[in-house]
Amino acid sequence: MTVAFDEMTGVDGASRPPYGELSRWLGEIPSDVLDYRRREAELLFRRIGITFSVYGEADAQERLIPFDVLPRILSAAEWDLLRAGLEQRVKAINLYIKDVYGRRDILKAGIVPEDLVFQNPVFRPEMNGQKVPHDIYVHVGGIDIIRIDAETFYVLEDNARTPSGVSYMLENREIMLRLFPELFARHRVAPVENYPDELLATLKSVAPTIANADPTVVLLTPGVFNSAYYEHSFLADKLGVELVEGRDLFVKDELVYMRTTQGPKRVDVIYRRIDDDFLDPLAFRPDSALGVPGLMSSYHAGNVTLANAVGTGIADDKAVYSYMPKIVKFYLGQEPILKNVPTWRCREADHLAYVLDHLEELVVKEVHGSGGYGMMIGPKSDKATIAAFRAKLKASPKNFIAQPTLALSTCPTCVEEGVAPRHVDLRPFVLTGRDRIRIVPGGLTRVALKKGSLVVNSSQGGGTKDTWVLDT
Amino acid sequence: MLSRTADNLFWLARYVERAECLARILEVTQRVTTLPLAYVGSTNEWESAIETAGCAAAFADNYPEANEETVIDFLCFSSANPSSIRSCFEIARTNARAVRTALTVEMWDAINGTWLELKRFGNGPTSREEFMRFLRWVQENSLRFDGSAYRTMLRNDAYWFSRLGVYIERADNTARILDVKYHLLLPANERVGGPLDYFQWAAILRSVSALTAYHWVYRESVKPWLIADLLILKDEMPRSLSSCYSALVSNLDNIGRVYGRQGAAQRKARAIRARLENARMEEIFKEGLHEFIDGFINDNNELGAAISEQYLM
Repeated sequence: MTVAFDEMTGVDGASRPPYGELSRWLGEIPSDVLDYRRREAELLFRRIGITFSVYGEADAQERLIPFDVLPRILSAAEWDLLRAGLEQRVKAINLYIKDVYGRRDILKAGIVPEDLVFQNPVFRPEMNGQKVPHDIYVHVGGIDIIRIDAETFYVLEDNARTPSGVSYMLENREIMLRLFPELFARHRVAPVENYPDELLATLKSVAPTIANADPTVVLLTPGVFNSAYYEHSFLADKLGVELVEGRDLFVKDELVYMRTTQGPKRVDVIYRRIDDDFLDPLAFRPDSALGVPGLMSSYHAGNVTLANAVGTGIADDKAVYSYMPKIVKFYLGQEPILKNVPTWRCREADHLAYVLDHLEELVVKEVHGSGGYGMMIGPKSDKATIAAFRAKLKASPKNFIAQPTLALSTCPTCVEEGVAPRHVDLRPFVLTGRDRIRIVPGGLTRVALKKGSLVVNSSQGGGTKDTWVLDT
Repeated sequence: MLSRTADNLFWLARYVERAECLARILEVTQRVTTLPLAYVGSTNEWESAIETAGCAAAFADNYPEANEETVIDFLCFSSANPSSIRSCFEIARTNARAVRTALTVEMWDAINGTWLELKRFGNGPTSREEFMRFLRWVQENSLRFDGSAYRTMLRNDAYWFSRLGVYIERADNTARILDVKYHLLLPANERVGGPLDYFQWAAILRSVSALTAYHWVYRESVKPWLIADLLILKDEMPRSLSSCYSALVSNLDNIGRVYGRQGAAQRKARAIRARLENARMEEIFKEGLHEFIDGFINDNNELGAAISEQYLM
C-alpha cells in the first residue's frame, strides 16, 4: 500500500496552500490549547445532546460521535470541481431511477444488466410505471467522496435513500465558531448555516400540484430509538416543520393528514427518514408499526410527495455503483467529472477470478452492506478471515464487489500523541428541487481516529471534523 | 401543533413537577423523624410518606416494611416505581427528547442536564448529608426547568399545554398531602394544640413550601383550619387548589381563544374553579374534609382526562 496523500503537508513536505494558515497557527499556539478545546467541545456536544445509538450494543444507548477540533480544508478550486461533479452525478442518478421505473431505455440498451435491477431486493415493483411529482426521486443525496492525491477525488458511494450526517456538518461548524474565533478570523470560510433553508426551499418546490402555494412539509422519523433521531429532531427544528411519527399521520380519501390539537391538518410533502420497507404496512412490511397505512395509495394518486422517493435504493446499491460512469454518459452524454473507484464486479467470471487471486490486496464489499459492515480489507485481514471471505465469494459472487485498497488522504487530527495524520472521507449533501440543484459548500468529513485505520464509520470508531471551503 | 407533541409537553411538565413534590415530601419526612418522639408521636412517618406519594400498593409489592432505607429507595431511585424521582426525570427526559423541536434550548438544557447529572447519585445516597443534597438538587432542577419554560417559551399553545401539566399535577399533589394528613386537621372545636400536632402541621406547610407564607397571610400560630383554608381556598398561595385552578382555567381559555373553540375541558375546569370559589371552610369541615378532597382528586383526574380527550389524542 502506498503512502497516503496528506492534505496539509502534500508530497514535498511543505504545507499546501489551503492549509497555510492552519499550519502556522498550529506552530504558534501553546501545546495544551488543543487538548483544552477538545474537552470543551465534548462538553458542549454532550450538553446539546448530539448523540447517536449503535445498533446491537445493549449498554451504549446514546454515545457521542468523537469530534476532532482541527478542520479539514478545501480550496475554492477543489470545491468547484467537486460541486460540478456532484451536480452531474445526482442529475444522472435521478434520470436513471426515472428510467428504471419507466421506459427502461438503459436496460434495453444493455448498459445495466436487467437482473441487477429486477432481482435486487431494493427494487420496488410498486413503483413501476408510477409518476412521482416533478420527476424527482433523490431530493437529498449524500455522495461519499475520497481523495487519493492532489488532483484525484473518487466517488466511493452514492447514498440515494435517506443519507444522514448533515446535523453534524451544521453543529460541528457552530461548535468550531464558538471554540476557535481566532482561527476563523484568519480565514474566509464559506458558511453552511443556510442548509436548512435550502432544504426547505427544495422540499417546498417539489410539493404535488394539488397543494396550495404554501405547502405543508413534515419530517417523518421512526422515533426516539432510531440511531439518527437527534438529527431528525434537529432538522425539523431548523426547518420549522413538524417532526412526525407514523402514528401522527393518517390517510383518508387518498389524502394524508396529521393529528393536531386543532384536528386533522393536510400534509403535502413528507421528508421521510424511514426506510421504504416501513413506510406503509399495507404496501410493504405488514408488521411495520412505524409507517402510515394507505400512504402509498396517496402517493400513487399524486397527492403527497415523498422525499426521497420510494425505490431509490436501486441507484445506490454497490453493484449498480460500478455502472455509474456509464449511467452518467448514457443520460447526459458527458464524461463523468468525478471518477469511480476502479471496481471488480464479482458477478463477472473474469473479474471474480482476478479478485480470488488478489484477495490479500483488495477491499471486498457486500453489495447490500452499509456502515462498514460486511466488508473485508485484504491487507488488514488474517488468513482465516480471508479464507472465510473466499468461501462466501465462491458461494454467491453476485453479492460482492472488490476494489483496490486505496490510501485515503489524511488530515492533521488531534489524537493522544498530539497532532497526527488520520484518514478522512467527505460526504457533501446534494439537494435537488424542481427549480435547481443546491449544494452547501462543504459536507461532513469523517475521520478514522485509529492510527492506520481506513474505516471512518461512526459505528466503528470514526469521528467527524468541520469541513471548510475557502474563498481562494 | 401535533397532538403527540402537546401530550409530551403536558407529561414532561407533570413529571418534573411530580419529582419536585416527592423531594419536598421526603425532605419533610426526614426532618420530622429527627424530632424526639414526644414531639411527633410514634406514627411511622415513612409509611405516611408512601401514602402521600400515592403508591402504597406498589410499595407493598416490593418491600416488607416502610423504613428510611426502603422508602428512600422506592421514592427516589427505584426503577420498579414508575413515579420514583429517577423514573420521573428519565420519563421527562424521554418526553423532552421526543419533542425537542417544541422546547427552547434552555428547557432542553435544563432537563438533559438533570438527566446527565442524575447518574452522579448512583443507586442511592451514601449518607444523610448526601441525601439532603440530593433532595435540594431535585428541587433546584425543577425550579430551573420551570423557570426556563417560563422565561423562554413563546406564549402559544405549546406553553399552555405545558402549564396545564404543571397545574394538574400540582393540584393533585397538594390535595394528596392534605388528604393523608386530614386526620390532623380537625375542626376548631376539637381539642388541639400540643407539640405533637404543631410539628405535624408545620411539616404539612413545609412540604408545600408555605410555612412562611402562612405567617404572612394569617399572622397567627399554626391552626389546622387555617392551613386547610390556605391550601384549598387562598388564591394568593401558589400551591393552593384554588390558585392551581385559576391557572388551569386561564391556560385553557388561552387555548380555546386561539383555536376559536371551547370544549368539555374548559367547561369542566370552570365548574371546578367555581366550586372552589364558592366554598367556605366551615362547610367543608362540616361535610368532611376527606370527602371534599376525595371529590376534588376525582374532579382533577376527570379534567386531566377531558384535556387528553379534547387535545392530546
